[in-house]
Amino acid sequence: MSLQKLGLVELHKKFTAGEVTATEIVRAYFLRISQVEPKVKAFVTQTKEAAYQQAECLDHKLKVWRKTHPLTGMPLAVKDNICTDGVPTTCSSRMLQSFVPPYDATVVSRLRSEEYILVGKTNLDEFAMGSSTENSAFGPSRNPWNLHCVPGGSSGGSAAAVAAEECVAALGSDTGGSIRQPAAFCGVVGVKPTYGRVSRYGLVAFASSLDQIGPITRNVLDAAFLLQAIAGHDPMDSTSVDRPVPDYVKALQKRDLKNLKVGVPVEFFTEGLDPEVEQAVRAAIGELKHLGAEIKEIRLPRTDAAVAVYYVIATAEASSNLARFDGVKFGFRAKETKDLLELYMRTRQEGFGPEVKRRIMLGTYVLSAGYYDAYYGKAQAVRTLVCQDFDAAFKEVDLIITPATPTPAFKLGEKSEDPLQMYLSDIFTISVNLAGLPAIALPCGFTKAGLPIGLQLIGRAFEEDLMLRAAHAYEQSTAWHRQKPNLR
Amino acid sequence: MEITQQDVEKVAQLARLAVTAAEKETFAKQLTQILTHVDKLKQYDTTGIEPTATVTGQVNVFREDLVRLSLPVEKALANAPERESDGFVVPKIIEER
Repeated sequence: MSLQKLGLVELHKKFTAGEVTATEIVRAYFLRISQVEPKVKAFVTQTKEAAYQQAECLDHKLKVWRKTHPLTGMPLAVKDNICTDGVPTTCSSRMLQSFVPPYDATVVSRLRSEEYILVGKTNLDEFAMGSSTENSAFGPSRNPWNLHCVPGGSSGGSAAAVAAEECVAALGSDTGGSIRQPAAFCGVVGVKPTYGRVSRYGLVAFASSLDQIGPITRNVLDAAFLLQAIAGHDPMDSTSVDRPVPDYVKALQKRDLKNLKVGVPVEFFTEGLDPEVEQAVRAAIGELKHLGAEIKEIRLPRTDAAVAVYYVIATAEASSNLARFDGVKFGFRAKETKDLLELYMRTRQEGFGPEVKRRIMLGTYVLSAGYYDAYYGKAQAVRTLVCQDFDAAFKEVDLIITPATPTPAFKLGEKSEDPLQMYLSDIFTISVNLAGLPAIALPCGFTKAGLPIGLQLIGRAFEEDLMLRAAHAYEQSTAWHRQKPNLR
Repeated sequence: MEITQQDVEKVAQLARLAVTAAEKETFAKQLTQILTHVDKLKQYDTTGIEPTATVTGQVNVFREDLVRLSLPVEKALANAPERESDGFVVPKIIEER
């Protein structure tokens, strides 16, 4: 069996048992990358040379001192909006095309201290703004299950790389579904942790009150394993929360779901939901019941407002966060400008792509004098209502199950001319970010055309352990996660 | 909400973003479409509802004001589009009389 077929935990076991060296792992992965990357286009930057060096160094060290960490020798990919010291971090934008961060994001320094091996930085929609990776300044990534389809976004490169076995697991970031939607489209597992659970230090900010970094993996066990490595308080991120991190891997041991109440929100099963997706998710609900869970119909009446709230709040925060890209200290600078104002205006005109500009414009508008209360203030108040819906639901149930996306992966170009339709494709994931809750997307079937279908489980804040346990129990009683795309 | 090309121009100025005539037209159309969708928020009664800016409930996280290692000058300047000795170069911002 070729090495890249193994999941993270399996591969690590083999590695620590001395059955395979880090160099062999790296060789197997870069061979795989050379075979499939021309089709999938998951990476912005590959770090082959550094990966070989790191592997050699680890193999050498392990000969003398057999001490390993949970990620020692594991080939991981990192979304290209997460800073890596000395390795370009472009956000798939012309603005940062030649930017080399002088420091590591906290999640990256944690992976580094666990001796992971970086295989590359993955493609995304520019500054994580999009749902298909078509907004990347360097061209779109492809869905490994069907190269004419998008891998989803914005963490499309990470999800595609995991599905195509170009890395054993990856990190993504999720502001409105950017981990879960591509995970669902690519038939892999994606976790958006509770807001504050994982440090955002070194994640290039899009919408600061919504952004979270999380794992994208082959299976739930791997997700628990990787989340363990990155979760926890960080003094460098004042919004990260100082609470003990449970043992996520241990939490998976309990297989049956007795005494667990799972809510099915009626608002998520309405028009616009693809019949094949609905059928697969309904079957998954049946499986959870079979595993002992009590299924309960619930209501989240303000679901309908979530997309509107999101596109006010996220763009408002983005317009402020992206003000830093002014061509002065780092990043792109327009040539031959006559004064400072022109330098700002032309640098931003030439450096940003159309979707980023659109969101900066929208965000600036909703924050501008005369419109602040009507849009931004109103959206913040309705955000409270969305949170209240979840609070009420979680008094009745322990978990909520929904489809991760209303449809399977769509074709490249299908929605790229219609921003509103693209925004509406995130309708099932967005409210989770508004409420800061943890959620996981995992495979629950395939369409007749062979595209993956994903379900979403939403948990109470900081109850990732329970959420992962239910996801794991479901996964272990099905075989969806074992299916692989046919990429040759 | 109808967004005119004049609105687009004004907002672009606020956002320090130069826009072409074609962009003005497209943005006016698209922003109108998106804000029309956003207008559905009006149907929700939010009288007396506190706005949510962040969900963790944390406020004012302080730390000791200590001297710590910071980025070396060379590293901090390494990404500068234009530099001179230990500084960033920008066009002149003070006008001559």
